[in-house]
Amino acid sequence: MLADKDRIFLNLYGNRGADLESAKQRGAWNATKDMLDAGRDWIIQQLKDSGLRGRGGAGFPTGLKWSFMPKEVKERPHYLVVNADESEPGTCKDRDIMRHDPHLLIEGCLVASFAMQAHAAYIYLRGEYVAEREAMERAVKEAYEAKLIGKNNVHGWDFDVYIHHGAGAYICGEETALLESLEGKKGQPRLKPPFPANMGLYGCPTTVNNVESIAVAPTILRRGAKWFAGIGRANNTGTKVFCVSGHVNKPCNIEEAMSIPLKTLLEEHCGGVRGGWGNLKAVIPGGSSVRMIPAHEAETVLMDFDSLSALKSGLGTAAVIVMDQSTDLIRAIARIAYFYKHESCGQCTPCREGTGWMWRVLERMAKGEADHSEIDLLLDVAGQVEGHTICALGDAAAWPIQGLIRHFRPEIEQRIDRYRAAKGVHQVMTPVAAE
Amino acid sequence: MSVRRLAAEQPASFAFASETMEKARWWMQKYPPERKQSAVIPILWLVQKQEGWVSEPAIQAISDLLEMPKIRVLEVATFYTMFHLAPVGKHHFQLCGTTPCVLRGAEDLKEVCKRRIGAKHAISADGLFSWEEVECVGACVNAPVVAIDDYYHEDLTPETLEARIDALARGEKVEPGSAIGRQTSAPDGGPKVLTDASLYDGSLAQKITLPNLPEKA
Repeated sequence: MLADKDRIFLNLYGNRGADLESAKQRGAWNATKDMLDAGRDWIIQQLKDSGLRGRGGAGFPTGLKWSFMPKEVKERPHYLVVNADESEPGTCKDRDIMRHDPHLLIEGCLVASFAMQAHAAYIYLRGEYVAEREAMERAVKEAYEAKLIGKNNVHGWDFDVYIHHGAGAYICGEETALLESLEGKKGQPRLKPPFPANMGLYGCPTTVNNVESIAVAPTILRRGAKWFAGIGRANNTGTKVFCVSGHVNKPCNIEEAMSIPLKTLLEEHCGGVRGGWGNLKAVIPGGSSVRMIPAHEAETVLMDFDSLSALKSGLGTAAVIVMDQSTDLIRAIARIAYFYKHESCGQCTPCREGTGWMWRVLERMAKGEADHSEIDLLLDVAGQVEGHTICALGDAAAWPIQGLIRHFRPEIEQRIDRYRAAKGVHQVMTPVAAE
Repeated sequence: MSVRRLAAEQPASFAFASETMEKARWWMQKYPPERKQSAVIPILWLVQKQEGWVSEPAIQAISDLLEMPKIRVLEVATFYTMFHLAPVGKHHFQLCGTTPCVLRGAEDLKEVCKRRIGAKHAISADGLFSWEEVECVGACVNAPVVAIDDYYHEDLTPETLEARIDALARGEKVEPGSAIGRQTSAPDGGPKVLTDASLYDGSLAQKITLPNLPEKA
């Protein structure tokens, strides 16, 4: 188990103050000026050495991302945008950071913005996070009043933080859709290139980072890259806030070492699987977008990027959704398919039409009202959506379905057989068209 | 995609309340002067707080305020699902119906809403309540979750949800948070971690020297 002294979010559960004074007592804003004095190259190199990979799902190395920003500021200002549009089903870690440890995030914004020569950062919260937005606004106000940020602040780098919010669109968690939304438009992803580092917010060089990636940065600099890199294993370093939901006895958020075995995570912190480990059926280990893994794989898998991708799943946002033997997996995935249908922005045809089509087929399959051949057809359609859209929502819609069929195909077949037996028919074919 | 259209019945006019306008101006100064369109979502939200929903005259007023084409405001109002395009009850419930909440009993909560309030998006006869099913609200470790008037009520059961409906019907306030008295997202019964007192005694605030600092030239 990760030692308490190696945790970054010391107020994860909010049983202590989220105010500036309490945050300072816990080490926030300590030696921030020294970090800036050490220079931007030092900051970026430390981040690279720490091995920090983005905590928003894709796992791109954060230090490298920061280094993509233009070296010199020309006529266009640089921006940092923090992605706090936490909407991936299963994920609720940024919420705790923002309502309980907001100063770590604001300090991280300053350090990251300095490293990328940005004088302004926008934090984009999802619209539903009203209480979290209020907490962030309070913390930003405190930071301004203490002259930690703002014009002529004590750190010697003029810097503004603005809180912005959306209004209920999952797609705005995609970085370019988020930028569109922040510019006051529909959240429809942009074609890349140009990448945001060249042309982001208002056409200016912009870096978009997840809340957790930014909030851990100051502590990494305070404790040293080696400390962070020493937790977890190579290429999967550091601590990570895991969100464990579903059929465990005690669902919770927990900061743990990267590469912790899934079984240890569930048994040590979450009171184990409901009804005991033997009652486990499947786990979605990284938010609804990744492929599920069955119980026998969950037995040994480590919770990190590499182990999970070796199982054709992914760490994603480290949101672990646990499903026990009582779960109707087809229905569970059908509901996730509905989610993607609902959240598709409508821009690319394969996603707009495909997500609805896949959902309707899955709804029938959940009842058994389908044909065996439709399983392969569904897999084929999922493959045609995957990789054929501007953003990754198409992939995210296809993967859960592929995971279901990969591991639980016999369950779908049995359901179809049972339905037929009950109806006394040999074949059910329902033609499906686009909506 | 969710297909959303403006309500058939629209009011004749809309005017910003002075408090709404004050807040709208506060939002607008967050963005570069030539980029005030950025404030469209927050201002639509303020308008919804003022009126309860977003009407066509309000969309027109926002387009005038932000000097942007009306169609662009309309696009935003219809794209983002938190904007109510028709009136809702005095207390509006957003019930999370995505898989993590379903695994913990959201379907049972839906039955409570149907029985006590009525069909989705319909307003109860007394005008007090309405409800809708929303996609993941991002509080999955506290599932199932219902947002009542914007604030999250977590770890609900049919009984605790009904108790909240009863309280609101009596005109009482309901406290958001966990219905089982959990400390936010900590495991039920309290966390095993973050017990080291030295993290909180101020020793972390003492002056430190950063590791790996560059050699002074």
